[in-house]
Amino acid sequence: MLKTRIIPCLDVADGRVVKGVNFVDLVDAGDPVDAARAYDAAGADEICFLDIHATHENRGTMFDVVTRTAEQCFIPLTVGGGVRTVDDVRALLLAGADKVSFNSAAVADPDVIARAADQFGSQCIVCAIDAKTVEPGRWEIFTHGGRRPTGIDAVAFAKTVAAKGAGEILLTSMDRDGTKSGFNLPLTRAIADAVDIPVIASGGVGTLDHLVEGVTEGHASAVLAASIFHFGTFTIAEAKAHMAAAGIPVRI
Amino acid sequence: MLTAIIDYESGNLHSAEKAFQKMAQETGSGTVVVTDKAEIVARADRIVLPGDGAFPACASALRASGCFDAMIEAVESRGRPFLGICVGMQLMARRGHEYEPTDGLGWVDGEVRRIEPRDAALKVPHMGWNDLQIEQSHPVLDGISSGEHVYFVHSYQMVMDDPAQRIASCDYGGAVTAVVGHGTRIGFQFHPEKSASVGMQMIANFLRWRP
Repeated sequence: MLKTRIIPCLDVADGRVVKGVNFVDLVDAGDPVDAARAYDAAGADEICFLDIHATHENRGTMFDVVTRTAEQCFIPLTVGGGVRTVDDVRALLLAGADKVSFNSAAVADPDVIARAADQFGSQCIVCAIDAKTVEPGRWEIFTHGGRRPTGIDAVAFAKTVAAKGAGEILLTSMDRDGTKSGFNLPLTRAIADAVDIPVIASGGVGTLDHLVEGVTEGHASAVLAASIFHFGTFTIAEAKAHMAAAGIPVRI
Repeated sequence: MLTAIIDYESGNLHSAEKAFQKMAQETGSGTVVVTDKAEIVARADRIVLPGDGAFPACASALRASGCFDAMIEAVESRGRPFLGICVGMQLMARRGHEYEPTDGLGWVDGEVRRIEPRDAALKVPHMGWNDLQIEQSHPVLDGISSGEHVYFVHSYQMVMDDPAQRIASCDYGGAVTAVVGHGTRIGFQFHPEKSASVGMQMIANFLRWRP
């Protein structure tokens, strides 16, 4: 039986983990490679790196981080942040990423998903969608860290990128991100039910019950969290044990 | 001892290269190279055929590659141990049915068809960790038990004409072929290079395999 994935996400800026990772005694709490290796050892199902200050000038540091991680971690690695073109995808895949995530570039031009999927296969193309509730039962895409509305309906957009060949959707509830109050479950369920591809729920996890709800009520195929793992609030093993106890199949 | 991972421009070989190199070092199994050169494939002791993407594109890229004839010769005439991974495994089939019917290598009695889970709630691609049901013992699965997890990402699967050539499967709204093979040839639908310690064990087993 296919297992529900738990994915720790590391925000990386200029080759360093933002705010650090403190759940184990790492030699260097700010080194994304050390952190990824520790999560691999702890039983994470995948790792996600998000380059939050991606610019043309500092790209090299992220490539170096990805290359070193791929040499040491033998679980899937997704990389996102500042990905705009098919060439950006190629460069990250060559560096050692397994999947590459588009975000605002796909909002500006959904065809970039099709071009990338045609070239490299859907299996390595993720589309990140940042959405907020604008009225009950309606969610809109926001860009620029949730500050800029686009007027684009999130469910319709999810269907569009799935049809263009995205292999997976990384859905972040922008009205929940950082609140520790749980995923936006109606949004998550609306999108997970609207597309045939897997949806990763993200944004708002504060408790282990939130992870469970993302799957049982949000219908997500995977759950992504950052701070609850980085700060040692919960371990990956505790998260998996809690989900298993709730009847969700996990890899233990 | 030389293991050649065939590069025919169908996907990212970085992780596979690093994983095989790490396990070759740990098992004292010589060197691992990623290559598109016929002369290197011709003198390789073991051959790994990876593959990501669509079956017809991979099949035509493989046939067009300069090392195709050397690979066929090494595997068919000289019995060099062969491992296909993901679409590299699917290419072992007689035929694929992704977009259009396309001939495979004909090394396994099966055809590659779209996954159609009986439960409509199951997504395609089949993406993530699934547990193996080992149906036949095989030296490349030494130390691996049914119930252990490996990482899959695929939308098509090998449907076997000859169940005797299926070595392991997993459940995804019905049995999905996970490991196939006979003689000196074996194929994994999943990615051993992304399957943590279980996958690394299988890579080590392949590097030590003397069929």
